[in-house]
Amino acid sequence: MSDQLYQDRIVALAKTKTGAGKLANPTKSARRDNPLCGDRVTIDVRLDGQGRIAEIAHQVRGCLLCQASASALSSIAVGRDAAGIAVARHDAERAIGREQGEAAEPFSAFAPVAAHKARQECVLLPFEALKDALS
Amino acid sequence: MSFDVGAVRGQFPILSEIIDGKPVHYLDNGASAQTPIAVLDAVRTYETTGRANVLRGVHRLAERATDAYENARVEVATFLGVAPMEIVFTGGCTAAINLVAYSYGSLLKPGDRILLSELEHHSNIVPWQLLRSRAGIEIDMIPVTVDGRIDLEKLPDLLTRRTKLISLAHVSNVTGALVDVGAVVAAARTVGAKVMLDGAQKAPHGPIDLPSLGVDFYVFAGHKAYGPNGIGVLWAKAELLDAMPPFMGGGSMIGRVTFAETTWAPAPRRFEAGTPPIGPAIGLGAACKWMRVLDWTGAHAHEMTMVQHLMDGLQKIDGARIFGPSGLQNRYPVVSFMLEGVHPHDVAQTLDSFGVAVRAGHHCAQPLMDRFDLDGTTRVSMAPYNNGGDIDALLTGVRHAAKTLR
Repeated sequence: MSDQLYQDRIVALAKTKTGAGKLANPTKSARRDNPLCGDRVTIDVRLDGQGRIAEIAHQVRGCLLCQASASALSSIAVGRDAAGIAVARHDAERAIGREQGEAAEPFSAFAPVAAHKARQECVLLPFEALKDALS
Repeated sequence: MSFDVGAVRGQFPILSEIIDGKPVHYLDNGASAQTPIAVLDAVRTYETTGRANVLRGVHRLAERATDAYENARVEVATFLGVAPMEIVFTGGCTAAINLVAYSYGSLLKPGDRILLSELEHHSNIVPWQLLRSRAGIEIDMIPVTVDGRIDLEKLPDLLTRRTKLISLAHVSNVTGALVDVGAVVAAARTVGAKVMLDGAQKAPHGPIDLPSLGVDFYVFAGHKAYGPNGIGVLWAKAELLDAMPPFMGGGSMIGRVTFAETTWAPAPRRFEAGTPPIGPAIGLGAACKWMRVLDWTGAHAHEMTMVQHLMDGLQKIDGARIFGPSGLQNRYPVVSFMLEGVHPHDVAQTLDSFGVAVRAGHHCAQPLMDRFDLDGTTRVSMAPYNNGGDIDALLTGVRHAAKTLR
């Protein structure tokens, strides 16, 4: 069952570490913890004058799913505002089976997580942190 | 005669389950142990032949239920070597600690101090923080050594005349380290402090002679000791229970109720408000009886053989590092490890695909994780029914995780 969870696309997303690190002068930052498992995500964003993300960086102390999600999120975040990130979250929620419909790339990679309810929060934690940063 | 693991395994039906084509390698006993037929039978007998409320009814079923419930108290008391009327049934180990923190805690004064350790489970930290907020007590903390033991060399410097209670894990739920109770009790007596042990990880490994330990409070959980969940135990010396006010109010815990004034029943009833968890208590009594007749000398040797097998195997895996005592002395079969480059949750999830159940994460011991800057650990916690096949399956899974996830 778990072998199917760690499919190549998820492992590859985690290993790309897109956006991993810190921003020197972030406009906003937010940290979210998952109290159940202890995973922690910190997200820095630099915003343009219209509230759109110009630059993003994340630090993840968490599992491979959380790392992969943070990478995927960072890869599509630039140019989006809070509403645009909410759209991406719907894709992630569709991928993990919490919403109906087909998930757009790159979030479709998380489809195997649909069968692992206990791990779904790992995928959503970076979205929670970014939502806080943009609020 | 050597310890007959097969005979023990045969008493636990779940161990012969096949799930998704794989046998059950249950190594998450530190979270919840499995339950033997003797316990299941005891609960079933109560539910099918004696189910009723306890203490109040005069009918035959009520008498059966009351007898079974009080016999369970006797079994637990025998398991701990104490008097039955010093045994309080609670909803769990956490509930027992909260009872002490609330009730004994209400006898403390602002500025009084509680001494804990850095490796405590959150259930032995947070109730004291709540007490600190309520009553203005102070909390001190004994640090942990690099091999995951409570550093008792620091104990004398942390004790003051205001230290009223030292509350420590008897066995660490993360590192498996056994605390030197004699040293703790001797130090506590120099300042008149009481000692409480959280026995959640010790009770599942055989009867405990509490009088010889010399502690004042002891708590443990039923579900970690082969019993049902929803039941825990507080033991305290009679004079302490007598001095402590109720924690929760309700039926059964009273002497006489009027709107002007209510008096309390003597212990342990004073601390068992409302209908108690009757079936779970009866199951726990059966679990204590089951543990009393097990060959613990053989079981402990068997458990330590598995610990050694596990540690030897982990040492051969590149990047695997044990967190906790490296030897077999003064420890119990709880072993935490990290696998470099792979998060503990991913190790545990991979192990699940091999039919191996372990726990990963902070183990409700975040201060300990912070002290060593750990994201978490993967924890292997064993019981007498585990065998070398369980450890082999685990090592195969860890090797697979090391190969595929980094």
